[in-house]
Amino acid sequence: MSLTHDEVRHIARLARLGLAPEEVERFGDQLSTILDHFQGLNAFDTEGVPPTAQSFDLTNVERDDAARPSADRAEVLANAPRTEGAYVRVRAVLD
Amino acid sequence: MVNPASDPSAILDLPAHEQAARLRSGEVTARRLTQAALERVHAQEPALGAYITFMDNQALAQADAADARLRAGDAAPLTGIPVGVKDLLSTKGIRTTAASRMLEDFRPIIDCTVVAKLRDAGAVFVGKTNLDEFAMGSSTEHSAFGHTHNPWDLDRVPGGSSGGSAATVAAGGVPLSLGTDTGGSIRQPAALCGILGLKPTYGRVSRFGVIAFASSLEQVGPFGRDAEDVALLLQAIAGLDPNDATTAPVPVPDYTAGFARGLDGLRVGVPRDFFVDGMEDGVREAVEEAIAVFERNGAVVDRDVTLPTVSAALPVYYIIAPSEASANLARYDGVKYGFSYHDASTMWEEMEQTRGRGFGDEVKRRIMIGTYALSAGYYDAYYLKAQKVRTLIRRDFDAALADHDLLLTPTSPTVAFRLGAKTDDPLAMYLNDLCTLPVNIAGNPGMSVPCGFSEGLPVGLQLIGRPFEEATLLSAAHAYGALTDWHLRRPPARSEIPL
Repeated sequence: MSLTHDEVRHIARLARLGLAPEEVERFGDQLSTILDHFQGLNAFDTEGVPPTAQSFDLTNVERDDAARPSADRAEVLANAPRTEGAYVRVRAVLD
Repeated sequence: MVNPASDPSAILDLPAHEQAARLRSGEVTARRLTQAALERVHAQEPALGAYITFMDNQALAQADAADARLRAGDAAPLTGIPVGVKDLLSTKGIRTTAASRMLEDFRPIIDCTVVAKLRDAGAVFVGKTNLDEFAMGSSTEHSAFGHTHNPWDLDRVPGGSSGGSAATVAAGGVPLSLGTDTGGSIRQPAALCGILGLKPTYGRVSRFGVIAFASSLEQVGPFGRDAEDVALLLQAIAGLDPNDATTAPVPVPDYTAGFARGLDGLRVGVPRDFFVDGMEDGVREAVEEAIAVFERNGAVVDRDVTLPTVSAALPVYYIIAPSEASANLARYDGVKYGFSYHDASTMWEEMEQTRGRGFGDEVKRRIMIGTYALSAGYYDAYYLKAQKVRTLIRRDFDAALADHDLLLTPTSPTVAFRLGAKTDDPLAMYLNDLCTLPVNIAGNPGMSVPCGFSEGLPVGLQLIGRPFEEATLLSAAHAYGALTDWHLRRPPARSEIPL
């Protein structure tokens, strides 16, 4: 199968990836080749086979609901690109 | 005149367990051993490119603390031993980049659990090693901080994604290092660099604080130059972690307890499905000869073993891993930490530019594959189908290992390839992991041990075991290492990678 440039741009938009026009072309060809390879899965009959999400079947691992200190605010904010006082600063979501 | 026997540089060439013995006897101090390791990794760095960040000051402080413990008789097996740490593992206050521009200046506020365990054990961290960006790749060429070169041939790749960790151990800079393995990222570089590497069973080692790529597939594991060293490092990092709910409540055995067992009576399966089309003749011959060594020394070798669904491993992996990656990497939005682009006119545009400029090509490709596989209309055909075939692959491993103690296969279908040979062809790069991917999909433990050379380059033998039976792999690797000397071969001496 071959992805159109519009499809590549649509996927990039879903993933919030800004692509240059040259990247749309290059990734389009490469992703088409990779997706073609995926068709090989259709040779395997999976009728009635349950999906595996994780290989070791642990479920419902619990811990005590005990209060404990969380991360230090100043340390956390030290990694933030833009801060204001005790907050992470972001651009307005609604202009 | 320095006694050559207690020359720290000569001691650095020994396996870690022998270095530990000399530290305990007082023949060398942790400070002098650490200085020798730092001197060597710095001298080799221009040719190897194995590190992203060196940790000299912290390493010397750790060495002094180790010496105090050694003097007090309070040393753990790894106290004072120099170790390299893949730069995907969070180190508190030390920048942790995942080899990405996105995290170029990121300083974690925690140590990941495995680093914390090694710190408590008194190990000495010399630096953070190079990798493919976010561990996505098989050659360490997808790093934002330069290529790592194979010490056996500097024009060739070390494998990946843990290429820096493999190269620095192969070149003798450190005796041990940590990698991560999501589809072969410990075993394949171990094979291509001529050392040992082990991917533990999924859930055996904590992933807490490891920068996430594909959460259902990846494990942290050890590189070393003999089986005892690999066992030593696995022993130090394995076990249940309250901070990682996917770690297994399974007791951690003594990984060297079975080392006297040998190969006699070991039931070995050789699944023909792993001897794939395109495998190099030299690789096939070296692996066949290794299997013959097992057979001559009492192992019961069964060549009538097949795992028919292994041929589905590549598409299953390249649907599941990118799908998990597309979700895990959604956090890099330029808001909370990491690279942030500020010169666009809207919030969404800033986020798209942050991600478009912060991620490299391979990361973008995988995010898009995953986004596509999870998107409306394609979920059932790709992601759900891949998860169902994943069940079939697990069943094949369970069946093959029901009456065999371990499986023997090649680790990689090729020896180390030339830098640049596969960077323009992602599918060709992916095919290099055909023999290792199935093991992550099933969750079993896998290990690569050196088993010969082809065209002057190392070949790796892969050992695959039952879940949580790493001890079986390690004792077989130890026995094989006692019968052969492939793991003792070192890269040719050359001026660019001084010892």
